[in-house]
Amino acid sequence: MRYAFHWEVLWSGQSGRWLLQGLATTVELSALGWVLAAALGIVSGAMRTVPWRPLRALATVYVEFFRNVPLLVWMFFWYFGVPPLLPEAIREWLFRHGAEFWAGTFALGVYHGARMSEVIRGGIQAIPRTQFEAAVAMGLTTFQAYRLVIVPIALRLSIPPATNESLNLLKNSSVALTISVAELTFQTRQIEAYTARALEALTAGTVIYLVLCVGIAAIMARVEHRFAIPGLIARGG
Amino acid sequence: MADTVIEFKSVNKWFGKAHVLRDITLAVKAGEVVVVCGPSGSGKSTLIRCVNALEPIQGGELVVLGESLTRPGVNLSALRARVGMVFQSFNLFPHMTVLENIMLAPVRVRGLSEADASRVARALLERVRIPDKAENYPATLSGGQQQRVAIARALAMQPKIMLFDEPTSALDPEMINEVLDVMTDLARDGMTMMVVTHEMGFARRVAHRMVFVDGGRVVEEAPPEQFFAAAKSERAREFLSKILSH
Ligand SMILES: Nc1ncnc2c1ncn2[C@@H]1O[C@H](COP(=O)(O)OP(=O)(O)OP(=O)(O)O)[C@@H](O)[C@H]1O
Ligand SMILES: [Mg+2]
Repeated sequence: MRYAFHWEVLWSGQSGRWLLQGLATTVELSALGWVLAAALGIVSGAMRTVPWRPLRALATVYVEFFRNVPLLVWMFFWYFGVPPLLPEAIREWLFRHGAEFWAGTFALGVYHGARMSEVIRGGIQAIPRTQFEAAVAMGLTTFQAYRLVIVPIALRLSIPPATNESLNLLKNSSVALTISVAELTFQTRQIEAYTARALEALTAGTVIYLVLCVGIAAIMARVEHRFAIPGLIARGG
Repeated sequence: MADTVIEFKSVNKWFGKAHVLRDITLAVKAGEVVVVCGPSGSGKSTLIRCVNALEPIQGGELVVLGESLTRPGVNLSALRARVGMVFQSFNLFPHMTVLENIMLAPVRVRGLSEADASRVARALLERVRIPDKAENYPATLSGGQQQRVAIARALAMQPKIMLFDEPTSALDPEMINEVLDVMTDLARDGMTMMVVTHEMGFARRVAHRMVFVDGGRVVEEAPPEQFFAAAKSERAREFLSKILSH
């Protein structure tokens, strides 16, 4: 038996609008989650290499705690677990302003921040220790040495694995459908439910994820090229 | 009599169980050029790295520019800003141009404006004889040029003391002299210098005093004429016979 495709279900009725809304939510959720993940990853990744044990310990606890619990559990944690701990007024406000979206953003950001942290740490540990020594030897504080020398070099070295991690984050944003964030996968399932055309709906979702990921990879490749450190092995792009 | 700017008082240092500096007592006066030599692993690098506290000491006292490095609460960054250091491996920051490398600390530590720092940096590039390399990235320079930039970068902080840890050991022979010439100029201008080097010709010409280190101890201290002509210790004579034979 041959399957008869009915692609028109994707733009008839509500479907087209749902797909666009899903796309917009996925992009917003991922972008905000990414900013949080990048900030947490850079700070904690740097902290794991500083010559001061309490800071290292703190960052290690963060990384091991958050990356070793499934993302799905963190989604539930931020959505069901955290709001009851908040003051009444904030809780009210949250539920009127898309609590599930913010819970999803936090879950993604904090979870991927822990994974990004390892990427940044790897970048820092690839830098010869003498670079740090040269920086502090001219009078920079440890914080300045990290901010002006170590982290900028590490970020450049970390672009390929960080790109990989960013794509993971984007794809993992689909887990937010479990706390009913109306992102792309959520919307494709809605289309499927209304039209009973599973293959068409899933294909649409797949193609959109694919385009987003390839687009991000292309942008990151340009960033990598633009910020390449002269003298290191030239990378593709 | 010039002031003492570096004073080791029975300094001891361990790496774990290894006792690498043993009761070091040594004083360096302002304007003095001290060359530290000795066999590999004797503790030369560790000795000069203690001066700007890249290595902490575990015993005794070390006073640099009037600051005791073991005093609780001592501001090491402020001290390091007044002590320049040049490494064997240059250690220029690869993501910055030559000019940015030199300007970094003057702007961030001394608080100079970008314009002033840039003027200082260009003047220093002039002084180390590579004025045309300001916009280059370190990777595009020869080793000798990189090391001269590293010297300019240290000088940009207007240090009172300059430390050199085998500054020419990573260089091809034809580049060694261009770096030694810059160091010689610096010494002639009255800079206080502690230099770890195997360049005995430079030591003969420029040093005021030789310090021979072996097994973590200062075994012998003498003016270069005396040290090279008639070292007192057997160990120093043995070392010199090896190093001067080629
Ligand atoms: N970070 C470190 N951890 C442990 N041991 C160290 C460390 N740095 C140096 N050492 C040891 O301390 C001793 C002195 O080392 P140092 O680097 O000061 O010698 P050096 O005289 O500079 O030798 P070279 O001529 O090879 O540079 C050596 O035995 C070395 O193995
Ligand atoms: Mg050494």
